[in-house]
Amino acid sequence: MLEIKNLYAAINGNEILKGINLKVNAGELHAIMGPNGSGKSTLAHVLAGRDTYDVTEGELIYNGKNLLEMQPEERAREGIFLAFQYPVEIPGVSNTYFLKAALNSIRKHRGLEEFDAVEFLLHMKQKMKLVEIDQDLLNRPVNEGFSGGEKKRNEIFQMAVLEPKLAILDETDSGLDIDALRIVADGVNKLKRPDNATIVVTHYQRLLNYIVPDFVHVLADGQIVKSGGKELAQELEVRGYDWVR
Amino acid sequence: MNQSFENIKQYIEQFEAFEKTLNGESKTPFHEIRRGAIEQFSKLGFPTAKDEEWRFTNIQPIIKTKFKTHFNKKIEAVRKEQIEKVIIKGIAETRLVFINGYYSDEYSINNITNKDIKVGCLSETLQNNFKLIRDNIAHISKYDKNVFTSLNTSFIHDGAFIFVPDDTTIEEPIYIVYISSEDQTPFITHPRNLIIVGQHSKVSVVEHFVHLSDNIYFNNAVTEIAAGENSIIEHTKLQSESAKAYHIGTTYIHQSKGSKVTQNSIMIGGAIVRNNIISILEDEGIECTLNGLSLATGQQLIDNHTTIDHSKPHCASHELYKAILDGKSKGVFNGKIYVRKDAQKTDAKQTNKTLLLSDEAAMDTKPQLEIFADDVKCTHGAAIGYIDADALFYLRSRGISEEIARDLLTYAFADDIIEKLCCEQIREYLHRILHSRLKQGRELEKL
Repeated sequence: MLEIKNLYAAINGNEILKGINLKVNAGELHAIMGPNGSGKSTLAHVLAGRDTYDVTEGELIYNGKNLLEMQPEERAREGIFLAFQYPVEIPGVSNTYFLKAALNSIRKHRGLEEFDAVEFLLHMKQKMKLVEIDQDLLNRPVNEGFSGGEKKRNEIFQMAVLEPKLAILDETDSGLDIDALRIVADGVNKLKRPDNATIVVTHYQRLLNYIVPDFVHVLADGQIVKSGGKELAQELEVRGYDWVR
Repeated sequence: MNQSFENIKQYIEQFEAFEKTLNGESKTPFHEIRRGAIEQFSKLGFPTAKDEEWRFTNIQPIIKTKFKTHFNKKIEAVRKEQIEKVIIKGIAETRLVFINGYYSDEYSINNITNKDIKVGCLSETLQNNFKLIRDNIAHISKYDKNVFTSLNTSFIHDGAFIFVPDDTTIEEPIYIVYISSEDQTPFITHPRNLIIVGQHSKVSVVEHFVHLSDNIYFNNAVTEIAAGENSIIEHTKLQSESAKAYHIGTTYIHQSKGSKVTQNSIMIGGAIVRNNIISILEDEGIECTLNGLSLATGQQLIDNHTTIDHSKPHCASHELYKAILDGKSKGVFNGKIYVRKDAQKTDAKQTNKTLLLSDEAAMDTKPQLEIFADDVKCTHGAAIGYIDADALFYLRSRGISEEIARDLLTYAFADDIIEKLCCEQIREYLHRILHSRLKQGRELEKL
């Protein structure tokens, strides 16, 4: 599904990613772990198409297409979804309105009929149960005044509504208490299907107690220094990141 | 000096011509108000860029244009369909229509049954209830050394007159429409409105300035509002002049004890626009809310000057002015807040936010707080910026195109003010205008 080949990326001339290689197949769940500043969030944003990062070398091939030539919205329509570490507050734009615009642009791109108000509402109701989110939250402006937990839950809810093929979760566990973490993880697990893939970016192992990865990669100083199965995460928890550097 | 004399000369000549049309009325004490005003006008002269109050707003094009006046009350032929096209439908049962500054009996509707409420035109009230006007007009405005107000006062002849007696609530808004005709010779009008609201009364007034064609004219408008004790007033000024028109207007608000006044200034038309709001909070327990939204594009210049004068304790003022500037347009905001020595426990908040949609648009903003009391809460903030890059990326990362995402954020920025307006029909009207101005407005409308 996704192939990252020798990826180099920089921000304001500072090189952050220094030759990443990674292959993600449909049905797989990959965890990318690493210390602060190792480039985890940069990788997540580069995949989603944030233009503050300059890709200086390498390739991103997604379902046979060159991702680097695609705008963020085109990537989203092709099925890429980034759950933000810091979801943005958008005053004045209601969650429902925003999601309807997003979903319909994706459906249109995929040659599906756009949802009308009723169809959209039904679709939403179905997904709401999945991530235990309140209707009240959805009527409010996007993320405005949401607590940290509510914002993260809203990210997972958006993921449920938009049904991506490749979901990238950027530090979704940060700032969550144990209950919120469980709800978020449950949502991710329920959304897992044989035809989609997930990349979980995290600093701590604790999220991986709830979301069990097929592969774990350790990122340090812009490179993947170690890859393995789920047991690698536990080993890291015990031995710390110094062990892999 | 000579230059400025040349500029004011046309108005002095017009005044002399105007006096002749008044016949007997020019001998009445009321006319003394006009005479005093033209005298003040010629003393003051027009401001230059050196004048602090006009530093950012070049009004030379207005000063240099020769405008004609419509003295004869014969209203130019304006067809019903033309009017139906420009007014907002369904706002109110009661509407006052003015064409080039003159009251149109034909197109106005008054469905107010309470005989004690007076809603009509100034010209008629001057004939049959002269004392009520004389005792109230130019009272609030006379201390203002504003040359355009003096000019307006010199030519007082017509405008809306609203008198709400004590303990009276008018549920529906009163809708006042000022229509500028298709006349191709540049012309000037001086609409003058007087709104008197009694104790414990409640009313909402909408002033709507519209045009029939894209011609040059100058609306020099003045409104005076006297808010009685514990009255509640919403006043909305919706300025949608022609793209070549000039609009200079001042709304004077005098608030008595315990009154609550909300003034909304929505500025969307005009080539050069100056909107002054002056609120005098003369007693205790007053609330004053000023909301502003300016939408400018092309070469438009929209200048909002507000003054809130706190003179007694325990009053609150909340001010939020927003502007969206596109093309080569320019915005100005100047917000004065005076807190006098006696005005302890004042709670004043002022915010000015500007969204720039192009690199060539510009905004000058100047908060001006003068505080002479020591136990007060006063805050002010100004922000000028482009569309937020983080918000834009967030929307795009969900599949929304960049163009629609920009429009969505712009819409939301404006809607913050629109949502504050009580009248649903005006909100819808403004939503339609926003949609029509946004590049992807049609797409947005579908959502």
